[in-house]
This record gives sequence, structure tokens and C-alpha cells, in this order.
Amino acid sequence: MSYFLQQLINGLTLGAIYGLIAIGYTMVYGIIGMINFAHGEVYMIGAFVSLITFYVLGALGVSYVPLALLLVLLCAMGFTAVYGWTIERIAYRPLRGSFRLAPLISAIGMSIFLQNYVQLLQGARVKTLPPVVTGGFHLMDSGGFVVQVSTLQIIIVALTVALMAGFSFMIAATPLGRAQRACEQDMTMAALLGIDVDHTISWTFVLGASLAAVAGLMVTLYYGVIDFFIGFLAGIKAFTAAVLGGIGSLPGAMLGGFIIGLIESFWSGYFPAEYKDVAVFGILILVLIFRPTGLLGKPEIEKV
Amino acid sequence: MNSPSAAESWIGRLKDAGLAACVAFALALPLAGFQTTDVETGQGFVTRFSWVAIAVAVVFLGKLLLDFVPRRFFPAQRAARSVAANESRTILIFGAAAAVFALLLPVMPFSSRYLVDLGTSVLIYIMLGWGLNIVVGLAGLLNLGYAAFYAVGAYSFALFAQAFNLSFWEALPIAGALAAAAGILLGLPVLRLRGDYLAIVTLGFGEIVRIVLINWGSVTGGPNGIDGIPRPSLFGLVFARSTPPGVTSFSQFFGLDFNPAQRVTFLYYVILLLALVTNWFSLRLRRLPIGRAWEALREDEIACRALGINPTSVKLSAFAISAMLGGFAGAFFATRQGFISPESFGFQESATVLAIVVLGGLGSQLGVVLAAVVLVTLPEFGREFDQFRMLLFGAAMVGIMIWRPRGILANRAPSIRLTPKDAA
Repeated sequence: MSYFLQQLINGLTLGAIYGLIAIGYTMVYGIIGMINFAHGEVYMIGAFVSLITFYVLGALGVSYVPLALLLVLLCAMGFTAVYGWTIERIAYRPLRGSFRLAPLISAIGMSIFLQNYVQLLQGARVKTLPPVVTGGFHLMDSGGFVVQVSTLQIIIVALTVALMAGFSFMIAATPLGRAQRACEQDMTMAALLGIDVDHTISWTFVLGASLAAVAGLMVTLYYGVIDFFIGFLAGIKAFTAAVLGGIGSLPGAMLGGFIIGLIESFWSGYFPAEYKDVAVFGILILVLIFRPTGLLGKPEIEKV
Repeated sequence: MNSPSAAESWIGRLKDAGLAACVAFALALPLAGFQTTDVETGQGFVTRFSWVAIAVAVVFLGKLLLDFVPRRFFPAQRAARSVAANESRTILIFGAAAAVFALLLPVMPFSSRYLVDLGTSVLIYIMLGWGLNIVVGLAGLLNLGYAAFYAVGAYSFALFAQAFNLSFWEALPIAGALAAAAGILLGLPVLRLRGDYLAIVTLGFGEIVRIVLINWGSVTGGPNGIDGIPRPSLFGLVFARSTPPGVTSFSQFFGLDFNPAQRVTFLYYVILLLALVTNWFSLRLRRLPIGRAWEALREDEIACRALGINPTSVKLSAFAISAMLGGFAGAFFATRQGFISPESFGFQESATVLAIVVLGGLGSQLGVVLAAVVLVTLPEFGREFDQFRMLLFGAAMVGIMIWRPRGILANRAPSIRLTPKDAA
């Protein structure tokens, strides 16, 4: 029981991180209908920017942890958002309205480019960050097995929930969110009604990238080890999460993220850990067979 | 309309370039401006602000100069002029010329062992591209896990050849059959999914196969892979310096001195044969009812259903045939390398093959050839500046897509068309 609880806590933490990345995928997919393959790389860049900011703040002598965290969060979100904007501007905008596979190939190319770009600039070795946020609570102690939740895990889950709530509010009640929903339904019609489609799509990428940057920061804090290749697997899993929840649906992406995190954590806890990714993809395939549009996705109406 | 005065347009240009430079500054500052270094505490970095300055200056000047490039070079203007590559005569002539060139490559005066070896690699990718083209180009199903079938072919060839002592030619059909079986196994449950859901499932399948290959050590050798895979022989003549008793080598039979280049050339002709057969096979398939059904399904699934075509079985056949061709290519890859490991079958591989198909132009056989030549030889040219190789590869993929979104040679016209004369 206590072991179960511990895996649950770890899984929720992991799921929060996947959920944040998945939002970026699902938003872009909802609006322009493309798989933004470079999104995993955006998350990786977010992790690197966080790490570098931590180093710089350390050198500047900022030692008050909450302040440092806030500064890193802002820097990571800001700089990574510029990457998100630039990627869309260079690799996707010229292909808008082109046929379906063109932006996908462009995105795969962009992803390869960004991986090697970071590898060239920062080196191929893993980068480490000593624990910044320490401490935690012992929830229960049964038979020598202590269930603990660290302060960092609480911060991660709380920040994720707060961001997701803020985000849902933004989509539901701000002019930008309204413009996004309009573009999702019908881009041409939205443009005819005076919505700046390019502007809206740019903002979508900026927002997606800054959420991915938060996920990158969390992973840097949580594991303390990053390298230039972390974007690939995390990206695939977050996309899996988005599809699992029903792509294009924001609550679906969050739910999918938590489910993927929990599956991974429980599988590693009870079964051979090497096969945890097989379990993730296996469950994805099973869900899609029985619910082809994901858990919260709306069934698509076929029009002739 | 009164055009803006020269001064105004200059101010506008400077403003644009300035904005671009600001973006470049934000992009370069964190990642290029600071480099993390390895020190005892793990928290060292050096600053490289000169790099940031260079990046900003390059972007500023580049953006200014870009304004002087004539408008007609921009992709937006080109998009209207879509490339119709359906001039079948030209294509035929080019195709025939390419085939003749490929046949003669090893005996050309400028030819070398390196060049033949490179040609072999290109041909493997051409074959993979043609195989994937059936699913992506003809049937319009996005497959992001093609390397899985390539892997199934390679591993089943290696395992069968070693376990039952089969030769390349005996084990080749087994490899193809098993890869096709894997295609059916994956396809049966998932083919009713729509476009991008299907894409992510195939991606997941590719990862599953790779992870199983890494972890199922007792059969696949795990991360170390399998080595000592038998080489192909020419009607029982092997390519080796010394042979066990009872086996004749190629050089002994023809009374030649042994030269390792003979084997390289032989492998080249084997893959050339396989590739040409693949090409002939898929061109024939297109004209059969099944091939026409693929193309029809790509264009409109609902209309197909209305006309009595069963989408699932049609898609399944495309999946299986494409997987089988991938399996053949995998078997050849295994016998050529003599060694295989899960590393060769990652997502990178699937992405490269998909890039070849899409860059070449969906559904175009010759386009695949062109794209494979470009994508496989491009990294070779970059060997001198090795570390920038993959960087340029990624940039080239983006660049070619923007330059020609429909691929180098786009072909969406049906393979067979009912002409008014036939109809009358």
C-alpha cells in the first residue's frame, strides 16, 4: 500500500511534466492540424536555458531560493518562447496551406537541427545541477518503508495545476483564447471576421513553448541531469499523452499527461522498468483501438 | 497608389532588420552566450558574448540583404506554380538514364570502391523509399515507424540464416514474409484510425520494436546486436580470400586474384537488382485494381466506401506490401554490414526514409531516387566539417520543404486514367 502510494506520488509528478508539454502539442494540432515535432526540442531548450540561468545566478550570488526560482522561471519562459516563435516563423508559416505532410517533414528537420544546434553550442555531455529545492515530508511509515513527498514534487504539481487552470481560463475568457477557438473551427472564416490568424498562431506557439519551458525547468530541478537528447523521448511521450486524451482537447492533454506519468511510474514500480515505454505505447494503442478519438476527444463528423 | 519614398522604405527596412536582430539576440544569448563547462562542482560556465554579437550582426545584415533578393525567389510566389511532373516521357528518359548510369557505375573510369559503397547505401535508401512510397505516397497513410519493418527484416534474416544455416537467397523470402506479417499484425487493429492517430501508433510501434530488440538479449543480442551474418554468394561462389574445402570462391572460379572490391561490387549489383525489381513491382502494382484502389482511397475514403471498396483490406495490403519491401531492404542491410544492432533502426531512420519520400514528391518513383541521392550523399560531403553534418541535414530538410513543399517531383495524378477516347 505504501509502495503504491509512493509510485502514485512519483507518477503524478512525472505526469504533470508530460501534461505541460502535451498542451503545446494539442494546441498547435487543434489550430493548424500539424504535429509539431520540434516541440520536444523546445522543451529541451527550456531545460538548457533553466540550467544556464541557474549557473549564472549562482555566479552572481543570488542565493535566496524562491527569488532564484522565480527568475529562472521567467528567463526560461521568455527565452524559450522566442524559440517557439522563431520556429513557427521560419519553418511552418511559409508552409501554411500547403499539403499535410510538408510541415511535418519541416518539423522533423527542425527537430534534428535544434538537437545538433544545442549539442554544438553546449557539448554532448550530460549537464548536472545540484539539488536546489530540498526537503520534504514523510507521509507515512509502514514496516520500514517511508512514503515521502518532497517539497519539489509539491511545487511541481501545484505549479502545473495553477498553470493549467490559468490556461483554461485564458482559452475560455480572453480575446486571444476566443481568437484561438475561432481559428480552430475555421481559419478562413476567422480571417474574414477580422481575426489576425498569423498573430493568433504565433501566440499559440509562444504559449506552448513557454509551458514546455516550465516543464524543462521542472525536469532540470527534478532529475538534476539533462542532455541535448532529452527532447526526443519526452516529446514522443507528451504527444502520446495528447493523443491519448484526445488531440485538440486541453483537458484531454492534461489528463493524458497524468495517465502516461502514472503508467510509467507504476510499470517501473511493479514490472521490468526497461519495458515501461512499451507499456506506454501499448496502452496508447489499446485506447485508440477502443476509442479512436482519444479519451476526451470529440468524434469527428465525416462530411462529404 | 503612391509608393513610399526611398527614405521611408529604408527606415522600414532598418526597422525590420533591427527587430530580426533583437530576436537573434534573444535566441543566441542563453545558448551561445554562455557555455557550460565541466568543473568539479558541476557549475562552471564561460561567456562567449562575441558569438552573440556575431549572430546578431549576421542576422541584421542578412535581413537587410534579403530585401534586395527579387520577389520571385520567394516561396509564396512559387506555390502557385505547382510542379506537374506527369510528363511521362521526360520521366521515362530520366529514369532510364539513371538506371543505365547505376548499372555502369562500378565500371566507370572515375569509379572507386568508396563510390560503389556509397552507391550501395543510396540504393538501400531508394529501396526503402519505394517501399514506404506505397503506404505514404499511394495509399496516403502516414507511417512514422517504417524502420520497425526494416529491423524485422534484418533481424529475421540474421537469426534464420544463423540458426538454420541458410544462404542469403534462401533467407531473403523469409525476411520479407516476416516483415509483411509484422505489417499485418500492426495494421489489423490500427488501420481504422484516422491520419495522425495512425501516425502516432506507427511511431509507437517503431519504438516498441526497438526497445524489444534492445532488451530481449537472449535472442537479439541486446544492445550488442548480432554479428557474423553470412555474406551473399553468387550461385554458390563465395567472396572470400580463403575458402573452406568444398566451397569455391568467386576469384578461384574465374581465375582472378582475390580483391575485396569484388565483394563490394557484387553487393552493389545485388541491391541494384533488388531495387529495380522493387521499382518494376510497384509500377505494375499501381496499374492493378489494388493499386488503383490505393490511389482512390488516398483521394477520398468515403467515395471509395460508397463504391464498394473495403478500406481496411485495401489499406492492409498496402501496409503489408510496403513492410515486405522494407523487410527485403533490411535483409540486404544485414548481409552487407555483417553486423546489426538496434541502433540502426531508430526513429532517425524512419524519419530519413519518410523525408526521402516526401522530399522526392509523394508517389513519384524518380523523386525518391533524387531525394535519396541528395539526402544520403549530403552528409558524406559534410565529412570534412563532421560536427555540422546533422545540423546541415536538418536545415536542408526545412529548406527543401519551404522551397518545394510538394517535393522535388510531385505526382498526384492517377496512374491510370480513363481517356475520353476509351470511354466512347
